[in-house]
Amino acid sequence: VCTSRFWFNYRHVANTLSVYRSVKRLGIPDSHIVLMLADDMACNPRNPKPATVFSHKNMELNVYGDDVEVDYRSYEVTVENFLRVLTGRIPPSTPRSKRLLSDDRSNILIYMTGHGGNGFLKFQDSEEITNVELADAFEQMWQKRRYNELLFIIDTCQGASMYERFYSPNIMALASSQVGEDSLSHQPDLGIGVHLMDRYTFYVLEFLEEIHPASQTSMNDLFQVCPKSLCVSTPGHRTDLFQRDPQNVLITDFFGSVRKVEITAETISLDRDIAGFESKLPKDELATEPLKYAEQLPVAQIIHQKPKQKDWHPPGGFILGLWALIIMVFFKTYGIKHMKHIF
Amino acid sequence: ASAQFQLAVPVAVVFAPGSVPGDLPKPLPFRDVREMEIPVNLKTTVTSRYEMVYRSATAQEEAALEAATAQEADAALHPLQDATLGSLTMYVVPETSSLLPQGTSVYVGKHRSALVRAGGSLAALRTRLQQLTQVMSFTASSITAALSDRVPDGQLGPDARRHLKSSLGYEITFSLLNPDPKSHAVDWDIEDAVNRYVRPVLDKLSLVANFSVDSQILYYAVLGVTPRFDKESSSFLLSAHSLPHVINPVEARLGSSAASLYPVLNFLLYVPERSHSPLYIQDKDGAPVSTNAFHSPRWGGIMVYNVEAPASPQASLPLHVDVDMVRVMEVFLSQLRLLFGLSREELPREFLLESPGNEGLADWELDCLLWAHTVENVATVSTTLTSLAQLLDKIGNIVIKDDVASEVYRAVASAQSAMAELAAGHLHSAFQASKEAVTSSERAFFDPSLLHLLYFPDDQKFAIYIPLFLPMAVPILLSLAKIVREARQCKKEPTKMD
Repeated sequence: VCTSRFWFNYRHVANTLSVYRSVKRLGIPDSHIVLMLADDMACNPRNPKPATVFSHKNMELNVYGDDVEVDYRSYEVTVENFLRVLTGRIPPSTPRSKRLLSDDRSNILIYMTGHGGNGFLKFQDSEEITNVELADAFEQMWQKRRYNELLFIIDTCQGASMYERFYSPNIMALASSQVGEDSLSHQPDLGIGVHLMDRYTFYVLEFLEEIHPASQTSMNDLFQVCPKSLCVSTPGHRTDLFQRDPQNVLITDFFGSVRKVEITAETISLDRDIAGFESKLPKDELATEPLKYAEQLPVAQIIHQKPKQKDWHPPGGFILGLWALIIMVFFKTYGIKHMKHIF
Repeated sequence: ASAQFQLAVPVAVVFAPGSVPGDLPKPLPFRDVREMEIPVNLKTTVTSRYEMVYRSATAQEEAALEAATAQEADAALHPLQDATLGSLTMYVVPETSSLLPQGTSVYVGKHRSALVRAGGSLAALRTRLQQLTQVMSFTASSITAALSDRVPDGQLGPDARRHLKSSLGYEITFSLLNPDPKSHAVDWDIEDAVNRYVRPVLDKLSLVANFSVDSQILYYAVLGVTPRFDKESSSFLLSAHSLPHVINPVEARLGSSAASLYPVLNFLLYVPERSHSPLYIQDKDGAPVSTNAFHSPRWGGIMVYNVEAPASPQASLPLHVDVDMVRVMEVFLSQLRLLFGLSREELPREFLLESPGNEGLADWELDCLLWAHTVENVATVSTTLTSLAQLLDKIGNIVIKDDVASEVYRAVASAQSAMAELAAGHLHSAFQASKEAVTSSERAFFDPSLLHLLYFPDDQKFAIYIPLFLPMAVPILLSLAKIVREARQCKKEPTKMD
C-alpha cells in the first residue's frame, strides 16, 4: 500500500512498486496481490520520463513496466477501502481482484509506506489511520481466520508506533524507525528531481535480490537489514505475538509462495463405455425465456418507498438540560413577573 | 465460543442365520447405545452416539445373502435397506460363509451397507462393528480436522487444514498446457469427457455444494523447473522436491475466474515439449510415479501426459495428439477425491472396499463428507456470531440494520436446528440447516455497513463538541452562579430585616 500522492512523494510509489516486483519475482501471482497506489507518478506532467517510475538513480530500473496490476488506484486508496479489504466487509459488486480471498492457511504480507507519525499513518493528505484501528482490523481478520501468519512491514517516520497496539496472535511486524525518529530517503536523482527511494526499503530490496524461490534464508537476517550506520534511523521489529521462532521462519514463507505438494498415488477406475450424459434441453428448445436486462437497483422498491415512520422519542437529556438552562437564564434576566405577559 | 456437539449415527446390525453369537445379553431384537467423547478444546466437545439396533435377518434379506459373491449380495440388499443419509446397515454373516473371500473379514459396499464376518463372541464383533462404523461415518481425526481452528496448535496432525474447507460452491477448471505447439497439435475432447465422466461424480456431490466446470487451453505455458535428463531410462525426470516450484509460474497465467467468489480447483494437463519428452515425475524414493501426477492441497492437481515419439524421424510436425480422456479423468477424479479428503489408503487390511465405479464415490463416503462439513459449518457459525457479538460490545454505538439483524436471527435458528438434527441422527436435514446457517451468518458478518470506521467513539464526539459548546456555556454557567448567589441572598435578607 502506498498512502501518498503528489509528485514529491515519488519515492513512496517507487518503494511500493519495487517491493511488488520482488514479490512477483519470487512467485506470487497477481491474483494474490492487492496493490494500492495513488498511481499519479508515471503520467504526471512533471515526470521527465513519462510512463516510467525509477527506483535507482541513473534510471537503471524501471519498476513501472508492462505487467503492473494496480487494484486500487488514485482516490480509491482510502482508509475505508483499506480496512474493507482487510476485514472483508466489501460491497457484493466488488470484483475478485479487489478482494482479499485468504483463508486460514494463507500467510499474508502487508507492506505500507507513506508519511506517518506517532500512532497514525497519513492517507493521501486527507485522512489518517490510527494504530488502534489497524490492530482492531487484524483482530477481526483473526476472528474469521483470514490469515495463518501475517507479516507487517512499514516504512514511514516513527513507524514502530504503528505496531505497538497489535494484540492478535501470529503477527510479526517490522518498521523502519522507532517512535521519535524519522525515516530518511535514500538518494535524489538530479534528472527527475525528487528522491527515488527510502533507505529502509532500499536495503530491504538489496537483501531480497539475493533470495530466490528455493532459498532457506530466515527472518532473523531480515531483522539485521539496514543497521543504524546505513539507515540513520533504528529499524525495529516485533515478534512476541508470533508463535514460531523467527529463526525457523523462511523469507519465502511470506515473500514467495512455495506450496505443499503431494504425489497422487491412488487412481479410480472408470468404465470407458458409459453412455454420455444427455443434455437436459433438446437443442431447439434452448432459448425459451426472452432475455431481459438484469435489475441492478430495485428501482420499483425505491420509488414507491414511503418515508419510514420514525417513532417519536422524547428529547434526550442533553437537549432538555440545555433548554432548561436557557429558560432559567431568560427568566432570571427578565424576571418572573413577566411570565404572565408571555404566556 | 463453546459448543457441545452431539452426533448420532443410527446403525442397524442384521444377523444372518448361523451368525448370532452365543453371548447376547438380551434376545433379538434389542437396542444398544454407545457414546464416545472426542475432546477438542476446553470449550468444545464432540460426543458421538452410536445407536445400534440388533435384529435377525428377514426372509428377503436371507435370500439376498445366499448370493454367490459379496457384490451380488450387496446389490440385492440395497433395495431392502434404510437409505437415509447418515444411517448404516451391517449384515453379519457366519464365520464359515463363502460370501467374503479368504482373509477379509469386512466387505464395504458402495451404498451404506457392509458385510461383516462373525467373530465368535459379541465383544469381538462389537469392536469390529465400532471400527467399521467409524470408517463409514466419521473418526476422531476427521472431526478434529473439521474443527481445526479450535484445536490448540500443538495437537494438530499433518492432516488438518489439508482438505478443502466447506464452501457453498466450488469452481473446477480443466486446463490443457501445451508449451510446444510447433511439435504437438493436441486435441482433447473435454466437453464429452466432462459430460461422461465428471458430471456423474459432480451430480453425486451436488448435495454437498454447487459445482461449476470450465476448461481452457494455454499455449506456450512452461513449467518453472527444468527437468533433469536421466541416462539410464533415457527420459526426463522431475524430482519430488522441485514440484512445489512448478505451480507458481503457471498460476499467473491460469486466470482464476473473475465472476465467482467460490474456491477454484485447477486441474492441469501438461504435454511436455518434444525436447523434454518423455517426462516422468519421481517420488521421494526416486521411483517414477505410476500416475505421473501430483496435487497440491486446496489448489488442484497437475498430470503430465507423455506423447509417444513419432515412428519415423521424418514425420511431419506438428504431430496430431488425441488425448486419452479416460486415463486423464481417472487421475483428475481421484485427485478431486483426495482434495476433498476421501482417501482409501489408511484402512486396515481385512477390509475389502467395493469400488464406486463411475459415480466416483460411495454413498458412505458422501456421508463422511457431510458429517465433517456439517460440524465445520456449525462451528464456523458459532465463531462468527460470537465474534460479531464481541465487535458490537466493543463499539457500543454501531447501528445494526434490520436485514443484518434478521440474518443473525436466521443464522441462530438454523444453527440450533442443525445441532438438534445432528443429535437425532438426521444427517440430511442437519446439513441443509447448517448450510443455511453459514450463509446467513456470513452475510451478517461481512455486511458492508459494519465497518467500525463509520462509527465515532465517544472520545471523538467530545473532541468535536467541547470546543463548540464550551465558549457558549461560559456566560450561561456564570449567570447560573449569579442566580444561585442572589437566591441565597434573598433567603438571608428577610431574616436579617426582621
